[in-house]
Amino acid sequence: MASALEEQFDTEAQQKDASTLGMWIFLITEVMFFGGMFTAYTVYRRAYSDAFAVASASLNVTIGAINTAVLLVSSFTMAMAVRAAQLGRRRTLVLFLVLTLIFGGVFLGVKAYEWNEKFEQHHVPGPSFHLGGVPQQGHAQLFFSLYFAMTGLHALHMVVGVGIISWLIWLAHKGRFTAEYNTPVDIAGLYWHFVDIIWIFLFPLLYLIDRHLPK
Amino acid sequence: MTEHIDSIRTYALALLALLALTAATTLVAFVDLGEFSVVAALAIAVCKMLLVALFFMHVRHSTKLTKLVVLGGLLWLVILLMLTLSDFTTRGWIGVPGR
Repeated sequence: MASALEEQFDTEAQQKDASTLGMWIFLITEVMFFGGMFTAYTVYRRAYSDAFAVASASLNVTIGAINTAVLLVSSFTMAMAVRAAQLGRRRTLVLFLVLTLIFGGVFLGVKAYEWNEKFEQHHVPGPSFHLGGVPQQGHAQLFFSLYFAMTGLHALHMVVGVGIISWLIWLAHKGRFTAEYNTPVDIAGLYWHFVDIIWIFLFPLLYLIDRHLPK
Repeated sequence: MTEHIDSIRTYALALLALLALTAATTLVAFVDLGEFSVVAALAIAVCKMLLVALFFMHVRHSTKLTKLVVLGGLLWLVILLMLTLSDFTTRGWIGVPGR
């Protein structure tokens, strides 16, 4: 890598600013994409608050909180990976990328366990759906439809992120990134942190509705 | 633009704050705050979002253009939520024939 500067840019800094801006524009489209689902959630939670409270209480809050912590730690290791890339430390970069991959994998594993539990308890919307303590089964099904749509799309973003990080580990291992050129690591970091932010909102909105009420 | 490299300490403190806020939001959900349960949950989530965006995503060292894009994006999200909710929250105010 003599120079990573493309001809349309004057300096490497300008090139990096353009990449960062482009990534943020993409992330804003993602904000609007998830925003539509958050809006649907808000409308239905207002309309069917009783059923949503009971359905939310059926989720395992301990597992949810621990998984949130796992994802936050993975964001920290990703930030540390970006830092290692900025300093041009190849081995540290690979180490932190691998750690991020591991924590991301743990999050997805726990998510898979939770989904499996939903299938066993008949909490998946469909003909065999049943949630105890809710007179209006349809309203509870709506909660779980939103639950699977939102956590499912979030998990899909995680899977894409895992793919990107695996690819970065390969490139970093080959010594592709230096203190002067590390834009892909930086940009992937933005994506990973964004997916983290989506979960930061999903956790309280899905797991923590009216937990204080006696069920 | 000279690249700003944060210290490990900065990232570690951000992580500790994020973990503490996760514990806080979980515990406060079991306290009866009535209508303010949602407010507390969202306020803590927004704080966590700001920590991640400002420190992990380096928004505080970003160019003015990037900061403007981030704020603009949030503005559009607010428009989406506000216009939708201004419809759904006011439907019961006026009697609609046939409903």
